[in-house]
Amino acid sequence: MYSPKVAEHIANPRNAGELDQPSGVGDVTNEVCLDRIRLTVHIEGEKLVDAKVKASGCPPTIAAASVLTELIIGRSIQQVHLLNRKDVIDALGHLPPAKSHCAVLAIDALRAAIGDKRS
Amino acid sequence: MKVYLDNSATTAMAPEVIEAMLPYFSEEMGNAQSVHSFGQRAKSAIEKARRQVAALINASPTEVVFVSGGTEADNLAIRGIADAHRDRGHHIITTRIEHPAVLRTCEALEANGFRVTYLPVSRGGLIDPEALRRAITGETILISVMLANNETGTIQPVEEITRVVSEARASGLAHLHFHTDAVQAVAKIPIDVKTLGIDLLSLSAHKFHGPKGIGALYVRKGTRIAKLLHGGHHERDRRAGTENVPAIVGFGKAAEMAGAELDARMARMRELRDYLERQVNSLVSNVAVNGVPDRRVPNISNMSFGGVDGESLLIALDLKGIAVSTGSACASGSLEPSHVLQAMGLAREEVRGSLRFSLSAYTTQEEIDYALSNLVETLTRLRAMAPADELETAQSI
Repeated sequence: MYSPKVAEHIANPRNAGELDQPSGVGDVTNEVCLDRIRLTVHIEGEKLVDAKVKASGCPPTIAAASVLTELIIGRSIQQVHLLNRKDVIDALGHLPPAKSHCAVLAIDALRAAIGDKRS
Repeated sequence: MKVYLDNSATTAMAPEVIEAMLPYFSEEMGNAQSVHSFGQRAKSAIEKARRQVAALINASPTEVVFVSGGTEADNLAIRGIADAHRDRGHHIITTRIEHPAVLRTCEALEANGFRVTYLPVSRGGLIDPEALRRAITGETILISVMLANNETGTIQPVEEITRVVSEARASGLAHLHFHTDAVQAVAKIPIDVKTLGIDLLSLSAHKFHGPKGIGALYVRKGTRIAKLLHGGHHERDRRAGTENVPAIVGFGKAAEMAGAELDARMARMRELRDYLERQVNSLVSNVAVNGVPDRRVPNISNMSFGGVDGESLLIALDLKGIAVSTGSACASGSLEPSHVLQAMGLAREEVRGSLRFSLSAYTTQEEIDYALSNLVETLTRLRAMAPADELETAQSI
């Protein structure tokens, strides 16, 4: 049902936790299933230098949160802005269609975190 | 290490069962309807199995109808009564926590002019026999209440239900029938259809180390049911189709073994299940056992873990070789969370964090210990991953 990549992220979540003094925080909840992702990022100049994430919910949500940090750490803000749901799904190998909203939640957390930084 | 704790879904076949079946795939391949000796040996093997299955529930062999499994048994019981007795009434009573084989069959009958009452259950998952009594009308022809629930293991008050049914019959409702889906109860607790006063009972072989694809419906002598499948006169004209001889033989062997070992199996499974729950309670915070603790089949434990999603726990445990199941949404590809736990009134958070551990006659202490240590480790990791304030709200479990 889930890709080996999803399972692997459940077993070993990347960059789990919360940054001490983040430049931005994205804390989003899917009100239907209560899945939640809380992403903290540290941005220096035009670069996203560090990120940590906390997540609760079904396997794809945790895996999406985890893989998101791999997609954004060390990238330019410009690159990070271009990321979308499909990038998250591709990085996980595959998500069941009914679960693509978990990737959307990860992107929502990212937008909120970098949007937070800008405001 | 591989630890299979999803025995309510299905079990491994006992080696003795496989051995008993093997000849019937090859040299003993006869069709039980054939007159020659090959056919007659197959027929005699089927009748031996029928006696073995009947003995497990204290039925007479002629009251046992072999079918393809629990789902067909439920369909045959409900449709069979509805079709045969529709001139007497169009009302059926069941519960909100039945297996889909019962619920979907009842819904199909609703589309065909039947009225169905779905009884609610208590927080522990029990129906109220008084509510059942009040639901019975002059139109009621069938009551279908499961014996033990497949998710929580909770055992319904069948003796009290039988009393309600007998009283209703005595007051003139001669065509009221009582069916119980005993798929999760057979070979887990002693069952005597005669003292329980049941008219129809569904059972399935693969839940107790028999083969998949075979089950039976107990039909009390004198109970008239319509058939689902039309064709030859198999199974005393109650179920057409060439008998699945190897599966029937395996079913018989599994039933014989379960009957002979029932007390020992029950004691062993209960001891390990209770040990699992005691250890979980002492090692883990925010956990609750679902169901009525002292009214359950001995092999099922359903627990809700606060602050985590059951499916994430399931996937993480699966990576360690441990198989369990969950009532959380999205389980088994369905986006609907457990209708059973919802009917019991569990909060969304509790349904979401639910896991079912189901043991078999062959589960070992070592397996439970392995599952326990991995459960604690996994739970700790997933809870640490959750946003901090999330766990505070989970304290309520």
